[in-house]
Amino acid sequence: MKFRTLAWFVGPSVVMMLLFIAFPLASVFLQSFQITQPVVETVEVETCTPGFLGQTCVTETKTTPVLDDNGNPLTTTEWVGLLSYARVLQLEQVGSAIASGAWNSILAIDFWKALRFTLTFTLVTLPLVIGLGLAIALAVNNAARSIRGQIIFVSLLPFIITPVIGALSIRWLFYGDGIITALMEDMFATDISVAANGWAIELLMMFYRVWHVAPFAFVIFYAGLQTVNQDTLESAIIDGASRFERLRYVVVPHLMPLIIFVALIHLMDAYRAFEEVVGFSSQAHRITLQWLTYDLLTPDDAGNRAISRASASAMLTMIGIVVLLIPLLRRTWRDHKGSAH
Amino acid sequence: MATSKALQQPFSLRLTSASFLTLWCVIAAFPIVWIAVMSFKSPVDAFSANPLNVVFGPTTRADGNGLSILDIVTGLIVLIAAGRLAFSRLPKWVERLTPKGLAVIGWLVGAAAYAVAFLVVFFGILPIVLGALNPIAGPLGVPVLGLTTEHYYAVWIENGFWRNFQNSLIVTAGVVTISLTVGTLAGYGLARSGSSLAFWILIVALIFRALPHSVLVAGYLPVFINSAEILRPILGENAPTLYGQPLAVIAVLVAINQPFTIWMLRSFFQNIPNELDEAARVDGCTHFQAFRWVIMPVMWPGVITTGLFSFLLAYNDLLVTSLLLDAQNQTMVPAIAGYFNRETTTTDQVEAIAAAVSITAPLFLLVMIFQRQIVSGLTAGAVKG
Repeated sequence: MKFRTLAWFVGPSVVMMLLFIAFPLASVFLQSFQITQPVVETVEVETCTPGFLGQTCVTETKTTPVLDDNGNPLTTTEWVGLLSYARVLQLEQVGSAIASGAWNSILAIDFWKALRFTLTFTLVTLPLVIGLGLAIALAVNNAARSIRGQIIFVSLLPFIITPVIGALSIRWLFYGDGIITALMEDMFATDISVAANGWAIELLMMFYRVWHVAPFAFVIFYAGLQTVNQDTLESAIIDGASRFERLRYVVVPHLMPLIIFVALIHLMDAYRAFEEVVGFSSQAHRITLQWLTYDLLTPDDAGNRAISRASASAMLTMIGIVVLLIPLLRRTWRDHKGSAH
Repeated sequence: MATSKALQQPFSLRLTSASFLTLWCVIAAFPIVWIAVMSFKSPVDAFSANPLNVVFGPTTRADGNGLSILDIVTGLIVLIAAGRLAFSRLPKWVERLTPKGLAVIGWLVGAAAYAVAFLVVFFGILPIVLGALNPIAGPLGVPVLGLTTEHYYAVWIENGFWRNFQNSLIVTAGVVTISLTVGTLAGYGLARSGSSLAFWILIVALIFRALPHSVLVAGYLPVFINSAEILRPILGENAPTLYGQPLAVIAVLVAINQPFTIWMLRSFFQNIPNELDEAARVDGCTHFQAFRWVIMPVMWPGVITTGLFSFLLAYNDLLVTSLLLDAQNQTMVPAIAGYFNRETTTTDQVEAIAAAVSITAPLFLLVMIFQRQIVSGLTAGAVKG
């Protein structure tokens, strides 16, 4: 295919990606070094109130925004270098925490709290998703052909459901007097309050994510299982391999590319976890990096959005995902070079 | 195919795997089924700590909202008949009434009409008929199962959830249409070009796929909010403010969806033999003509699968829509998050649950109809990586 033809075919898609992904990315990068603020001036205002005999006058200095000809507040944009990053990272506090040995106080800073949780969340759920997905795939592969359709249907539900709603549906089972909490309270004869306990919420969020993504892993692995070479399996049996050895040395190596694919997708998606925080209302206890950016972008009580700090936190989030993906991207690159030559 | 004796499994293994599957199915379905049950009960029952109360709803029944055995049996019969009709008669009607070449539109119209007819019969006519029958049915007519649709009524009519539904429809339809139009062309181009430029576009797309969406939104927000001033020199006085416009949200979601779309469609087009379009090229077609006359007729399975995933992305999105649309103009998912934050009474909570179930219902139908496509689509994407 000639370059011109390729350009006609791919052009619209590339333009969209440039305009709506690459351009915002560049502008976020720039914004993270700038701060836009309204121009303010200090004016002296004298207010007088009637009193006995004479007026009582008070002179105050007030800060008011400067308006332009149309009545909109004027703004200035300043280059501040790494100030926004410093505000997000709060390195001085981290430094003093390390110096005084109070490691826990680092985790009271929003960014580090979010980073700690996001990484734990991503890395703990990863093996669980792969393991559970593989287990379901093997079990469905064993099941009678007549019921496979129904099982796949039921399994797909957690994957397809709107993430916030999925999180909510699990939340309603546990929060307050949800029936599962009530059941556990009956069993252990204690009072359980899931919503007040950070670790309980964290576990619930991880449970939700595994519940939500395992079906995706299952479908992929299930498809892979259909293409396992039966002859290899039979020769492994003749060689005296046990069931577990067959799984370990024949099936899993065959599924390896798919396992890497699922790991890649899961890393990307779990790292930008966001819906869990909304669904479980966990912001008081656990927040994620993406939620932090979202929170900075949401207008505060005065209607201001902390755009530059949000940009800095967004850039830091992005750096994190790139670091996580490097090993997997290098592998893709090696495979491509291997297949091209 | 008979399994060879060596591959047959011992009974204990079969039992373990069967019980594991049962457990998994319960875990997978339970939360969704449970909120569906809760949404039909009065708040006291819905949040009762006793599961039996949640299922049978004694308080709901005491309030005069109950189903008798006669209601349940008739309802089930109507449901089963409707299901049968949908799979046996509906395809024939659609086939007979749609002109050639408009099969997709014909199906959409047919399915919508069928859904409306079902709703009218099930929620309009049936209650009236059963209301007349119940008093004369004796013990069969006595309510045994508490059930009320008042929360759905409150959500959809009183709280104006239909407006959010409408917004969701606009956004989803826009995203699916534009994504597929742009993505199909790109996917085909990338699949047929072996150049390293194509490879680099795909790798960059993969990196874009990994970007947290908040990164992008942080880039759009200032531009969208100030777009009127930025665009004024070009468009004159009536330059629009893009913030809050459905079109802006559609464009953003299409872009976010694009990396996935082109990867998926590329792997699909790679499975269509190259010889097909080469033959057309030999016969004198340009690339575009080959695409139009040879590839388009055979590409629909792949396009439908990709469309399904685009639908899911647009329909399920919370972050982009909640940041780029203002409070009066939201789609369903951010609207329910709003519900949720303002909930103070238990009635509000049950309404939030009813709204959640309403959002889930179309997805449920979608899996039912397109299960095969979803599975094969995921698989095709994975095998090619």
